[in-house]
Amino acid sequence: MEISKEKFQIVGTRSTEAEKISKPSLSFWKDVSIRFRKNKLAMFGVVLLILLIIMAIFGPYMTKFDYRTNNLVNTNKPPGSMHWFGTDDLGRDVFARTWQGARISLFIGIAAAAVDFFIGVFWGGLAGYKGGRIDEFMMRFADVLWGIPYLLLVILFMVVMGQSLGTMILAMTITGWINMARIVRGQVLSLKSQEYVLASKTLGAGLQRIMGKHLIPNTMGPILVTMTLTVPSAIFTEAFLSYLGLGLTPPLASWGTMASDGLPAIKYYPWRLFFPATFICLTIFAFNVIGDGLRDALDPRLRK
Amino acid sequence: MAEKLIEIKNLKQYFNVGRPNLVKAVDGVTFDIYKGETLGLVGESGCGKSTTGRTIIRLYDATAGEVFFDGENVHGKKSAKELKKFNRKMQMIFQDPYASLNPRMTVADIIAEGIDIHGLAKTRKERMERVYELLETVGLNKEHANRYPHEFSGGQRQRIGIARALAVEPEFIIADEPISALDVSIQAQVVNLMKKLQREKGLTYLFIAHDLSMVKYISDRIGVMYYGKLVEIAPAEDLYKNPLHPYTKSLLSAIPIPDPESERTRKRITYNPSVHNYGDNEDVTMREISPGHFVLCSAKEFEQYKQQYR
Repeated sequence: MEISKEKFQIVGTRSTEAEKISKPSLSFWKDVSIRFRKNKLAMFGVVLLILLIIMAIFGPYMTKFDYRTNNLVNTNKPPGSMHWFGTDDLGRDVFARTWQGARISLFIGIAAAAVDFFIGVFWGGLAGYKGGRIDEFMMRFADVLWGIPYLLLVILFMVVMGQSLGTMILAMTITGWINMARIVRGQVLSLKSQEYVLASKTLGAGLQRIMGKHLIPNTMGPILVTMTLTVPSAIFTEAFLSYLGLGLTPPLASWGTMASDGLPAIKYYPWRLFFPATFICLTIFAFNVIGDGLRDALDPRLRK
Repeated sequence: MAEKLIEIKNLKQYFNVGRPNLVKAVDGVTFDIYKGETLGLVGESGCGKSTTGRTIIRLYDATAGEVFFDGENVHGKKSAKELKKFNRKMQMIFQDPYASLNPRMTVADIIAEGIDIHGLAKTRKERMERVYELLETVGLNKEHANRYPHEFSGGQRQRIGIARALAVEPEFIIADEPISALDVSIQAQVVNLMKKLQREKGLTYLFIAHDLSMVKYISDRIGVMYYGKLVEIAPAEDLYKNPLHPYTKSLLSAIPIPDPESERTRKRITYNPSVHNYGDNEDVTMREISPGHFVLCSAKEFEQYKQQYR
């Protein structure tokens, strides 16, 4: 078939059209959140964690019993319509105590992660960026701290400063930040010679800008993952220390102290151990799957 | 010739000083760059071209030597204010368009970084208008401002990098292999953009590259580097017609010719540094063979080169 010239029409090109990007703009975090939401297990962890937090906030008000009021008539009652999770050896309501304990356990976990974040990012970022002798000095100092037996340090703190929530968090973070500092330092070391950092330097950017706008935002992935994995380990450590009798003093309750109190009665009154232990497990599980999910979502190599 | 914009005097950049693995990346380089010209810097990988560029712009602290910008020494101890002034005059375009843009920042924030640092825009609106203007200058459009670097192609990213450098209105731009990471079809686009900007804004370039034909196309003068030393510097035409230093000859003989007939007979010359056979007390320096054509040579070689030069 012959197509005559007249049938053609010159449309021309527009250079601006050629540069057009039709794909909707996605920021890095939007992209991450899409991939994170596809991960069912991680989403389950998020839901679980939200439920736990809601219960920690409202749980103690749901029952008419107070977590600290003794009732020596009603000791060691099994779970029932009156006391939903039963009562302990002093007749205190386990339901109220569990959610009161949740507040403290979650607080310890989140506070430890936050302190690790601030000290670790500052220390690791500075060491990695400055490099050379400053880096050497800062990281050797961290190594020395890392070398001191952890439990010894905690016991020492508890003895000198008394058993309290503050002492507990201090004892946990005194060495906990080192892990974060190492991760941040490693990232900063590899990022600081990237060309966009050099470009920023040639534009006259100072330390604050290079750190705040370039290095730390690009390290946020590993930082977030480390933080979500610090929370459960702090909760676990608290439970462990309470179990050893180094934790909080009664009538304050944490899941660790409750489990510790409940253990001797495991044969006759198992609910006293069962409830706090279950919630410790659930919380640690939730944080761990969220951490894993975040790591997968943040890893650009897994981008499909 | 035109007035000198930059004078580089005996610039040295050593790494690992005082340790057994000392590297003399740049070893006593001296040259001038004139206002409004493009000086090409060529040489094999690892010969110190990029280090020279980065040392000039103070990304590294020079081991020795001076850099004068408009007659003012820009190296050595400086106050923060003086440094900022210098940062505005001299800018850099980087090699890898995938590594030179921060993936967590929008294009607008990347381009406006210099504007923010130097406080060049008083209001948010003024800042955005400046960004749009710069985007248009490099052939992109307004809609690109709120996108992220990973959405762009290599050529587009390189143009964003150029826009970032232009934001502070520099007089001198160091282009560190700006096209070597790009597709051949995009290379011309970027080089032509650079040429256009030079005409419009009177920019001066130091163009670092290893693609000899591209360097010939863009440069007014070309310097050849070998192992941290500048071995020959001459006007572009002159260097291609009359290469004198054996290394330059070797380098030029490696250019493929897009003609099968002559390509078949093209002979590659290998460079053997021992041909110089310099004695201990021979003074090997840059000597001017013809106006503007300098070669690193001894007094004996100088006579030979003069004879060779047509």
